[in-house]
Amino acid sequence: MVEEKVNIFTISELTDYIKDKLEGDSKLINIWVKGEISNYTKHSNGHLYFTLKDETSQIGCIMFKRSASSLKFEPKHGMKVLVLSSISVYKPYGKYQLVVSEMHLEGQGALHQKFLQLKEKLEKEGLFSKEFKKPIPKFPKTIGIITSQTGAAIKDLISNLERRFPNTIKLKPTLVQGNGAAKDIVNSIEILNKIQDIEVIILGRGGGSLEDLWCFNEEIVARAIFKSKIPIISAIGHETDFTIADFVADIRASTPSTAAEIAVPDKNELLINIKHLQERLLSKTKKTIELKEQYLISIKDRPIFKRPFDFINQYLQQIDDLALRSNRAILNSLELKRKGLEIITAKLHSLNPKAVLSRGYSITLNRGKIVKTIDDVKINDLINIMIQKGEIKSKVMEVKNGK
Amino acid sequence: MVNEKGSFEENLKKLEKIVKNLEGGELPLKETLECFEEGINLSKQCTRELETAKQKIEKIEK
Repeated sequence: MVEEKVNIFTISELTDYIKDKLEGDSKLINIWVKGEISNYTKHSNGHLYFTLKDETSQIGCIMFKRSASSLKFEPKHGMKVLVLSSISVYKPYGKYQLVVSEMHLEGQGALHQKFLQLKEKLEKEGLFSKEFKKPIPKFPKTIGIITSQTGAAIKDLISNLERRFPNTIKLKPTLVQGNGAAKDIVNSIEILNKIQDIEVIILGRGGGSLEDLWCFNEEIVARAIFKSKIPIISAIGHETDFTIADFVADIRASTPSTAAEIAVPDKNELLINIKHLQERLLSKTKKTIELKEQYLISIKDRPIFKRPFDFINQYLQQIDDLALRSNRAILNSLELKRKGLEIITAKLHSLNPKAVLSRGYSITLNRGKIVKTIDDVKINDLINIMIQKGEIKSKVMEVKNGK
Repeated sequence: MVNEKGSFEENLKKLEKIVKNLEGGELPLKETLECFEEGINLSKQCTRELETAKQKIEKIEK
């Protein structure tokens, strides 16, 4: 009857639906909730179970071991706390509960939130960026210190600075806790910035609770640190907790003595370093002198300095040798030239026209000119015919063209 | 040759440079000896400065 008309859920289906609704609601994820702790138990596996309540309501809470391990205090029944948490539904019991990821004591929780908000804001503005970090000088002659005149930090700083590298300290006693501390710190940073020879500033304080250190989380302090032209080392005495000042400072030291280590070099290390340099100087110079000395000795030992005439004789011998060779060369070339001359003479001889006559040829001359063609003579010309031994005078009887 | 007015940092840097220069190559004897003399003077001055350094604390009240 009824079953046919309406949709019926199983318990699991209904619980799943509720779980999805609650856990999917962004208003119920990562929310800050304040309340008083009751029914606190720490399970042997490290998870914390408790209830948070106010006058009229209560919600069961669980803080898993992973989150609980970063707690800075031991939660107790009756404590007023602020938690960062999300709603979840535990199906086996059909129970909604808060899964807590962070827990702070009330008051501190508010401060912590303020801290996170300011941190996020300044980070976005770039106040923590590496590009704005000023380099810390290696050997500052004058160091400015901003801290309380009475705290442990100042004694620590001064004694560590003196032990490492004694120099000039300009101390500006400053309130570092309570009302007016932030303003006083800002004022001190500004005053030290007006003193010419200060090369680095240490902003220090011994450890303390979040409230004690609060002035270092104030925006005006952060901005004054950022504005400072002199690099600032923050030394706000907590190994683990960072303040906003630590993020803005050019470098953060975890303790005042670490700040001294960052600010100045160690005198004894420097002395050792200088001694090493001296030794290197000495050994290299010694080596150079020894090398030059050895070179001098090796020169003195060379044969030329020991038996100089050997050297000269050697040259004399070379000269003789060269003379001999040049003589021979001259003679050779004369002989060659003489032979060449003979060949040329023989050639000339064979070309002498008289030599041709000896072979029975003759030369005909007409008025001293050699007759080569029939145009060179006319009838009745008196011509001379030269033969080997003598001359025949003749008269041209006839001129005939021949081939 | 040592600049008496040079800061500790300048003198130490100069000393380091001289040693490197000397070790870097074969300098003539004359220059080697000059470097040696300058280096020793610088190192003495740096050492003296460190050994005689005293802390001075000045309070700024305003």
